Amino acid sequence: MSDWALELRGVSKAFGGLHAVDGVALAVRPGERRALIGPNGAGKTTLFNLISGELPVTDGTITLFGRDVTRTAPHRRAALGLARTFQITNVFPSLTVLENCLLAVQALSPVKFAMHRPLTGYGAQEARARATLEAVGLGGRAGAAVKHLSHGEQRQLEIALALAGRPRVLLLDEPTAGLSPAESQLMADLVKRLDPAITVLLIEHDMDIAFEIVRHVTVLHYGRVIADGTRDEVKANPLVREIYLGA
Amino acid sequence: MTIDGKIVAGAGALVAAAAAAPFLPSYPLTLLTQAVIVAILAMSLDVLLGYTGLASLGHAAYFGIGAYTVGILATERQAGLAVCLLVALLLSTATAAVFGLLAIRATGTYFLMITLALGMVVWGLAFRWVSMTKGDNGIAGVPRPELPLPWSLGAPLPFFYFALVAAALAWAAMGILVRSPFGLGLKGIRESESRMRVLGYNVWLHKYLAFVISGFFAGFAGVLWAYYNGFVGPVDVQLVTSVETLLMVALGGPGTLAGGALGAAAIVFMKNFVSVYTKRWLLILGAVYIGVILFAPRGVLGAFGRNRR
Repeated sequence: MSDWALELRGVSKAFGGLHAVDGVALAVRPGERRALIGPNGAGKTTLFNLISGELPVTDGTITLFGRDVTRTAPHRRAALGLARTFQITNVFPSLTVLENCLLAVQALSPVKFAMHRPLTGYGAQEARARATLEAVGLGGRAGAAVKHLSHGEQRQLEIALALAGRPRVLLLDEPTAGLSPAESQLMADLVKRLDPAITVLLIEHDMDIAFEIVRHVTVLHYGRVIADGTRDEVKANPLVREIYLGA
Repeated sequence: MTIDGKIVAGAGALVAAAAAAPFLPSYPLTLLTQAVIVAILAMSLDVLLGYTGLASLGHAAYFGIGAYTVGILATERQAGLAVCLLVALLLSTATAAVFGLLAIRATGTYFLMITLALGMVVWGLAFRWVSMTKGDNGIAGVPRPELPLPWSLGAPLPFFYFALVAAALAWAAMGILVRSPFGLGLKGIRESESRMRVLGYNVWLHKYLAFVISGFFAGFAGVLWAYYNGFVGPVDVQLVTSVETLLMVALGGPGTLAGGALGAAAIVFMKNFVSVYTKRWLLILGAVYIGVILFAPRGVLGAFGRNRR
């Protein structure tokens, strides 16, 4: 029995001869904030796809709160408290912001199968959706179609969809992708404000942003973990300096 | 237009059709009845195509099974409306439930091909299982249902009202379905399956339920069709019927329900008027379809609703 929120043991993913993720071991405590960094093509997003179940692992085991979910379907992992965002915004473009959030709110309740009365009859769901939108700063945009949102607002919605299900483990895949420095700062503040009980695993390209949010960093390179530790330890690691920090 | 506005417009169209019917000559009234019934079929397909994003090319199968069930039960067993309706809905829904198991695992073009193949299986049965379906001759002489009403449904006008009420009920039921939490889930699947999965939706199950429900309503349309036409034959389950239904939805505007009904009316009337002048009806239909794809890719209602939000 482990005390880890999320534990990966020897997790590998091969696409033909390419070992995108190669024997990754990773253990994250409940409530921990951990960043996953590494150069392009290091396998960070692939690792997220393995954890969320979008891709099957080639080898290794993934446990969520001590429960083996290696072969569990994505929607069942979500029911166990796992949520994620996508690096390339993956929302529902022709629906409104509120409808997007409602989809996330009802996802883990039996309400999603209700077909005998219109959505307007579900006040509790709507209240939760509006509260989630308020929390990420989209409260005033509930009625807008998502395709009319700015890129920054769409990134906020990404987070809102992940938060709406009240996850215990949250995977954030480059929440600041494509954002201006000012918007990135707002996003970092948003992540820092999250409920401290939520375990957060964060992929981040911007080292300054990453180190602002987390204390503990795992460095991935060619699918392997090459360093793991506090920001100072990782910054001092010569291998990391060579391949990633370029100094 | 708001949702309420759309409901008012749709209800207005129903009332207008009901009010105009007594003044129509018999041929246009017959076509209008046909349009109302086919509209149910088109709307049932729209639940799949427009809301869930699944293009089925085998919808005539469930329609045909509904129609054949009524044809066989009403002629050979002299069964009444209640029995015919119940058995027909059960069989068409059960067929969709079995076909769905085979089809829902595929997406895109593969889904299209599998539904097409399954549709052909039903057509093959209709054509070859002569002891049951009378093969190419079809089942003739299906009597109109007898209801405890002062008017006989054998006359065109009462039957039109009967079909209109049935269509209105089907429209209301499907309208509530697509606006329900479940319906929102279908739209989510249309927009992004991967996001739906990580949010916690069993995408397969939602698609499957949509497929079965769609088959149920297609079967309902088939029941009315058998009574309307008095005849059921392989022509009702052939590929062209499925294709025409798909075109109705594409023409009217997928994801609107009412668009499918509009497309159904347009195609039924066009088909019958154009074929007076030429046998090359499908050529005209093809031209209309290309025109819609070029100038209003989201269908007629989609084009009007474009700047709504």
